[in-house]
Amino acid sequence: MASQTEKGVLKDYTRAIKIQQVIRFIVCILVTVIALLPIYFIVVNATRAHIDIVKTPASFIPGGSIVKNFNTLMDPDAAMGMYHSNFDLLVGYRNSLFISGCATILSVFFSGATAYGISVYDFKFKKAARTIILAVMMIPTQVVSVGLLQFMMKIGLTNNYLPLILPAIAAPATVFFMLQYMQSSFPVDIVEAARIDGSGEFRTFLQIAVPMLKPAFAVQAIFAFVTNWNNFYTPSVLLTNNKLSMKTMPMMVAGVLGIQKSVDNGVNYLVVMLSVLPVVIIYLCLSKFIVRGVALGAVKG
Amino acid sequence: MCISVSETRAKSKRIVSYAKYGYIFIAPFFIVYCFFMVYPLINTFILSFQGNGNNVGMGVGFDNYKVLLFGSETANVKAANARDASEVYWSSWGNTLILWAGNFIVQLALSLLLAVWFSDTRVKLKGAGFFKVVFYLPNIITAVSVAGMFLMLFGDTKFGVVNSLLMNMGLTDPIRFVTDPWISRFVVMFIQSWMWFGNTTLLLMSGIFGIDPSIYEAASIDGSSGMHQFVHITMPILKPIFLYVFITSMIGGLQMFDIPFMYNTGGTVPSFLRTQATYIYTNFHQANPNFGYSAAASVILFIITAALGMIIYNTNNGDGRQKSKKGGK
Repeated sequence: MASQTEKGVLKDYTRAIKIQQVIRFIVCILVTVIALLPIYFIVVNATRAHIDIVKTPASFIPGGSIVKNFNTLMDPDAAMGMYHSNFDLLVGYRNSLFISGCATILSVFFSGATAYGISVYDFKFKKAARTIILAVMMIPTQVVSVGLLQFMMKIGLTNNYLPLILPAIAAPATVFFMLQYMQSSFPVDIVEAARIDGSGEFRTFLQIAVPMLKPAFAVQAIFAFVTNWNNFYTPSVLLTNNKLSMKTMPMMVAGVLGIQKSVDNGVNYLVVMLSVLPVVIIYLCLSKFIVRGVALGAVKG
Repeated sequence: MCISVSETRAKSKRIVSYAKYGYIFIAPFFIVYCFFMVYPLINTFILSFQGNGNNVGMGVGFDNYKVLLFGSETANVKAANARDASEVYWSSWGNTLILWAGNFIVQLALSLLLAVWFSDTRVKLKGAGFFKVVFYLPNIITAVSVAGMFLMLFGDTKFGVVNSLLMNMGLTDPIRFVTDPWISRFVVMFIQSWMWFGNTTLLLMSGIFGIDPSIYEAASIDGSSGMHQFVHITMPILKPIFLYVFITSMIGGLQMFDIPFMYNTGGTVPSFLRTQATYIYTNFHQANPNFGYSAAASVILFIITAALGMIIYNTNNGDGRQKSKKGGK
């Protein structure tokens, strides 16, 4: 008798959990739809002709005009030359790839070196250095942009990629992440052992520490690349001459979407799609590391 | 005795001799940081005490601050637009706070729900790994492209995707998603939440995972329900991470630029979407730049950001101290 009611309670309990599971799953599917639907519409409309988009803006079925849209985008005479004067796919990719690539390498390498210097060596300002890096982590570039622009104008570095790339050497958040990582998975004794074996300090860093820190480097490299690729603010502040050959991808997208007349909607959708394609591909390949990395970087103290 | 002294001296000598490498390793960071952050910040301070337009380089004392905060009557500034500079400045504060608050409330509510579900060990959510990947996806897409994407989806006329869907469902007049002040603000809030809820979910999850599951087990044995556990166990333990999410989101909100800057069809930022960052940008990004106003607004923004950053820094340090105390015991 008693065992039967117990069974009943257990049954109710498992049923309640099953119901909960189903409700949560449905809600998550709904959120998935909200997260993906805008992206889906962009991809679908990038494959449709302007006339079809004007007739029925919302469609779930892809069209067959993606090649035609692409040709219009590349055609120097299309839309009275508007696309040609605001958008150059290869130049945009090249510029963004160059800036993001260089910035990523510098950011990861020098953040690693900074964190290594602080964790491995004993020196007078070790604590102060750590404190400063933590304290300035939250200061955004926006608040210094006026002073930076005026300073760069004075020394002739506007319309130059150097002020877009070199600041990556000083990335406080990346250093913070590396410090955390070293604390948990880099035994400092190994440096001592290498020293006894006669390895110089820089060789120890390059040949022993860097390989050991690879996982941290990888996660931070992904974030640095995506952040730099997506950066619109700093390039728009510092690349003042408005030359198409120097513009980054987000700047070109802004240029195309600013065109007022003679637009081809299919082409505009295609531009947006092409601009995000590289980061989306990177994300889909490396999502595991990224999703884990977000949480890792957040755990403080 | 003598030997041990010389030994320690040798030891300390050895440590000192390696110290220089510490400086070499951290030097690039600090040199570059001074060049691209510290000096520009000082320069911003200097510019904030100088004139606008053609008067760049002329010292004006606190006039820029006076004009922005209290209006032109309080200062004798020669620059153009001095009269409505204050009005524009304060309205851009209003917009910044409205846009941030609206997006944060929605984002936090959704993220909290999802984070609790994802980390619930009793009710295992199928496909949690897939959902996490999908929910974070909007965050890695270029913000400019996101703004362009929603601008095309939420077009003002019947040619917009959303309007055409709504009109198929029986709506007679298209909704002005772009030019109506409040509707367009809601769209911007939605875009911001859409971009950031995945990120916030992952941050909150990292906090929830830190909670010892035996606490929940003990509570369950004592007959505590799911909701009761959430309010009395999860929420209090999550307080530090809440504070972290709140402050970082607020600092992010104060810099909100790409979406409000791009979400218009006229090429200029409408007054109801003008945020602090767009205010600073448009003031110096023009033919005759108002470096003074821009710099003064930057300095005020810097002080507020630094104060907010201080809160996080202090709580982090507090946590660290607590932990080390526990370890000592």
